[in-house]
Amino acid sequence: MRFFDLFELPVSFQLDNELLLERYREIQKKVHPDHHASASDNEKLLSVQKASEVNDAYETLKKPLTRAEYMVAEHGFDVRHEQHTIRDGMFLMQQMELREELEEIESATDVEAAFDRFYSDVKQLINEYTAKFESEFNQSSFESAADAVRKLRFIYKLKEEAQLLEDKLLDF
Amino acid sequence: MAYSEKVIDHYENPRNVGSFDKNDPTIATGMVGAPACGDVMKLQLKISEGGIIEDAKFKTYGCGSAIASSSLVTEWVKGKSIEEAQKLSNTEIAEELALPPVKIHCSILAEDAIKAAIEDYKSRK
Repeated sequence: MRFFDLFELPVSFQLDNELLLERYREIQKKVHPDHHASASDNEKLLSVQKASEVNDAYETLKKPLTRAEYMVAEHGFDVRHEQHTIRDGMFLMQQMELREELEEIESATDVEAAFDRFYSDVKQLINEYTAKFESEFNQSSFESAADAVRKLRFIYKLKEEAQLLEDKLLDF
Repeated sequence: MAYSEKVIDHYENPRNVGSFDKNDPTIATGMVGAPACGDVMKLQLKISEGGIIEDAKFKTYGCGSAIASSSLVTEWVKGKSIEEAQKLSNTEIAEELALPPVKIHCSILAEDAIKAAIEDYKSRK
């Protein structure tokens, strides 16, 4: 089952999250195993499988990164599981500098302000590569769209690491 | 996940961490990244006029296996010709460090870093 079809949504990165949630709940009601209490074991099993598929589809489409990963995977670029390395020197240099910046953030005079600045840079990068992914995807340039998704994975990973460090330093 | 003793040794005492001046004409730089885990690796080789790798340094952001893989290759490539270094394969790295299958991409990254650095060297000549 194709995920977008499941929720009767167009294959598009732009997505109405409220509509997705609404459709998800409607389907989940129909397939939930509890509603099949009187069904045969086989039917119960099918309903459990279906419920888990629907969950998986919802979780995948809900978040921008997994949605983009799913969209290029549908065109043969399985960026989540590939052993691909990238060699874009300019991009990687920038990633390395951002990681160095994060390492030094501890010694900033105002740590909170330093994190704000860092997140704003990360957000800008996310916007840049998301826009690139969307435009390449919409032009059916799936190879280039996949490349943008690979870069987004680096940027989201950096954001995750920044959040972990922030929790540690600011003791949330 | 349990790391092998060799991984832990390289992780705790990484060899040849650092950078050379990338504008130095004898220095070749290889930058590679693994989108699967967000690892970024920079490997720099100091190459003599005769094509022998005299020194190597690395800087890696990633997991223990990625750091160990890059630390190990800096030791291995020293004294080798670029032809010999180019032949180093990820399976040798993975075997030496006893990397589990889920960490094989770390050894691929290290192999690709050598290849990227050698390409950089050749493109400068």
